[in-house]
Order: sequence, then C-alpha cells, then structure tokens
Amino acid sequence: MMLEIKGLRKSYGELEVLKGVDLSVEKGDVIAVLGPSGSGKTTMLRCINFLEEADGGSMLFDGSTYEFGHVSRREQAAFRKRTGFVFQNYNLFLNKTALQNVTEGLIIARKMPRELAEQKGRAALDKVGLSDRYDHYPSQLSGGQQQRVAIARALATDPEIIFFDEPTSALDPELTGEVLAVMRELAEEGMTMLVVTHEMGFARNVSNKVIFMEHGAVVESGSSADIFEAPKEERTREFLRIIEEEKA
Amino acid sequence: MTESRIAEIIIDSFWDILIPGLTVTIPLTAISFAIAMVIAIAVALVQFAGIRGLRQLARFYIWVVRGTPLLVQLFIVFYGLPNAGIRLDPLPAAIIVFSINEGAYCAETIRAALESVPSGQMEAGQCVGMSYMQIIRRIVLPQAMRTAFPTLANSLIAMVKDTSLAANITVTEMFMVTRRIVARTYEPLILYIEVGLIYLLFCTVLTKLQSLGEKRLNARGMARR
Ligand SMILES: Nc1ncnc2c1ncn2[C@@H]1O[C@H](COP(=O)(O)OP(=O)(O)O)[C@@H](O)[C@H]1O
Ligand SMILES: [Mg+2]
Repeated sequence: MMLEIKGLRKSYGELEVLKGVDLSVEKGDVIAVLGPSGSGKTTMLRCINFLEEADGGSMLFDGSTYEFGHVSRREQAAFRKRTGFVFQNYNLFLNKTALQNVTEGLIIARKMPRELAEQKGRAALDKVGLSDRYDHYPSQLSGGQQQRVAIARALATDPEIIFFDEPTSALDPELTGEVLAVMRELAEEGMTMLVVTHEMGFARNVSNKVIFMEHGAVVESGSSADIFEAPKEERTREFLRIIEEEKA
Repeated sequence: MTESRIAEIIIDSFWDILIPGLTVTIPLTAISFAIAMVIAIAVALVQFAGIRGLRQLARFYIWVVRGTPLLVQLFIVFYGLPNAGIRLDPLPAAIIVFSINEGAYCAETIRAALESVPSGQMEAGQCVGMSYMQIIRRIVLPQAMRTAFPTLANSLIAMVKDTSLAANITVTEMFMVTRRIVARTYEPLILYIEVGLIYLLFCTVLTKLQSLGEKRLNARGMARR
C-alpha cells in the first residue's frame, strides 16, 4: 500500500465535514472520488496534504505514519515535496511565467540547479502540450492552458502521487477535453492519481477505482467497473442516475 | 520698468530655487522614501505574518505616527530632542522624520495589498514544497507590491510636496530658499507661484514615471487585479 488513510475526521465548529474517512491507494492507482457538492471531497484532499488541519485519523505514506493534528511543519513540507496538488482554480503563481511556475518548486524548494530545473520544466510543459507557451504569464493563458501548466508544475517534481481537486470544474466545456486528455495520458503512464471529479467519462474509462462519498463519509468504493455496472448502495445508484439525467 | 524687473526676478530666482530643488528636495525625498519602504515592508510583514509582540508594536507605531501632525513630529525631533541630549543637523532630522512618517502610511498600503493576494497563492507555494518565507519573498510580496504600486507612487508624490515643511526646521530646500528671496525682493505672489510651479513640474515628472512603470508591469503580464 502506498497511501493509506484511516479514520480521517474534520469539523468546522459544529459542522462535522469528515466523519472518519478510510482510503487506500496503491501504486499506479487512478482513483476517482465522486460525490455531491458539499460531501467533503475538497476538505479530504486538503487535509491529506495538510492545507487544512484534520482533527483526527492517521495516514501511512511510503512507510511513514502521520497522526493528523500532530504533524510538524517539517514533516508537512517533506510530504508535500513528494506529492503534487492540482487545484480547481489552478492557483498558478500570477507573477511568474509558465516556465517559472514549473521551476519555482525545483529551484527554490529543492535547490535544483537552474539549468537542470529549466530543462525539466520545459519537458513538463512539452508533455502537457505547451511547448509554445514557456514565457507566457497566467493572465495570458486560457483556463485550460493554465490548468495544464498547473499539472506540469505538479509533474515536474516527480511526485509519487498527484491529488486533483475537480481539475476541470472551472473550465468552459470546450476546454475540459484538453485537460482530461493530459490526465488520461498520465494515467496510462502509470502515475498514481487521486482525482475528485464530476467527469463520469474519466471515472468510468480512465480510473481503475471509484470512491463515492456523501455527508463526509465513504458510502461505497470499488473498481470502476463494479461501481458503474453494479453499485451496491442505493445512494450510489441514485447519484449515478441523477448525473446521467443531468447529462441527457 | 517694473515689468522688466519682474522678468529679471523670475529668471534670476529660477535657478536659485531649482538648484536646492535638485540638490535638497529630491535627495531628501528619495532617501526618505527608500528608508520608508524598508520600514513599511517590515512593518507590513510582521502584521501579515501575525508575529506576536512585533505585531502590537507595529500597530502602536502606526497609531502614533498617523495620529500626530507631520509638522509636530519635525519639531519634536529637531527642536525637542536636543533637550534630551540628542542634537541632529536639520537634514538628518528631516530624513528621520519623513522616513518614519511615510513608513507608517506605506506599511498600511502594503499590508492591505498583502491581504488582497488570494490565499491560493500561498497554498500553491506550500504544495510545491516552498517554505513560508520563500513563498512570502518570491510570490506574495511581489504581487502585493504590484497591487500597492499606484498607491505608493501617490504617497511618493505627496511626499515631494511635504518636504516643504522641512523649511520649518531650517533645511534649505526649495521653499526655504524661496522665502529668503521673497524677503529680499518683496515679490511673494510671483515667487510663491514660481516655486509652486517647480513642485508641479517635479510631480508631473513622477506621475509620468508612474504610468510608464505601470505600463511596463502590465507588459510583463502583471496587470493589477
Ligand atoms: N473553511 C471552511 N469553514 C467552514 N465550513 C467549511 C469550510 N470549508 C468547507 N466547509 C464546509 O464543509 C463541507 C464540505 O465542503 P467541501 O469539502 O468543499 O465539499 P465538496 O468538495 O465535496 O463539495 C461543506 O458543507 C462546506 O460548506
Ligand atoms: Mg470541492
């Protein structure tokens, strides 16, 4: 097991957002996290990489155990250096070019020589199809291009797993395809990915596992085929039906 | 005749006023503003980062400086401090007061700009493994300075004019020199208008530089949000 989470809990005041979430990820897994809005998917991802401090639970990552709520700054930074995160609204550094966005974490956080970092940065941008946009600032890029830079930024650090929080939700429909294509390619190359998404095509055809969450708990999880062809839980069936109806 | 006398006064005095403008007013402004920026960034950052103790100290400093007149501050430092055994020359006294005064106002500008940087910028920095200080220095502060730029430029322009107050503590800047020429020639209307026009010239140049600066920042993709 590469990443294993047990009993992840998080409350905002009275509101219990995560009620003991269990999750395990094996190397090479592409896991789609589905669930209605407000079910705690974003909070879960943010707790996992410590952007939000969870109240309880533990995480096993590559042999190390992390007790949520008792993880030092140093350990958090070390964990983040080995993982990537792609935000719903990209969060590119607005004062940096596409290439600088990608190299910043290499040169500054990892002390990689500039030359090497730029080489890696260009390779990452080439990979997401942006070889002609190295020197563009975020404000000069479309949403789809910005999100691809964000994926390149995560990719360039050779992460063991990349977390995606609804990477296409902020995009116009005609731009989601280019981002999904990049993610599909990563999946095919064996990148481990945990992807919160509403893209049923991705969940069904690209991911190998699906987790369905509701009200801060995992309702059902299994292989993509099982969840889509033979969901066990009534709530999962209902959610999938509503999504299908929305599309039709 | 009187007309030719007036023309003569204007022409003679022009250089007499402009020279201290170039050698005193501008350096006084530039040095004070540079020091003020250092103070302002430090004071804004300790508040933004919420460093206990220092944060309260920063609030106290801003409270005192913004709540007292600049002229009073000049008098305290130049005429008052000698009683406490601290005797300063006019120009250093002026630089100290202008720096401290301007630093408080600019600190508020920069603090507001820091707070306007979207929190996602900090989070993205954390996610690529950068430390808090690295993110502040390379991501958040540069963006905040871009946001603050027009307001800071306005403060600088205001400061050029405020340096005329230094005449009150015997700094021989433009206004002080003009007053002396008035005392000699009895032509206050013409001479005060003349010095006013020279201030206007300085401020116009700075305004032009400000819009040039903004154009360059925008060309680098850093349009103000
Ligand atoms: N910072 C916060 N403060 C208070 N409530 C929050 C905060 N972030 C999220 N929530 C609440 O937690 C719940 C789960 O939110 P979220 O994790 O964003 O759900 P999802 O990503 O599944 O849509 C929602 O009810 C939301 O309003
Ligand atoms: Mg969400």
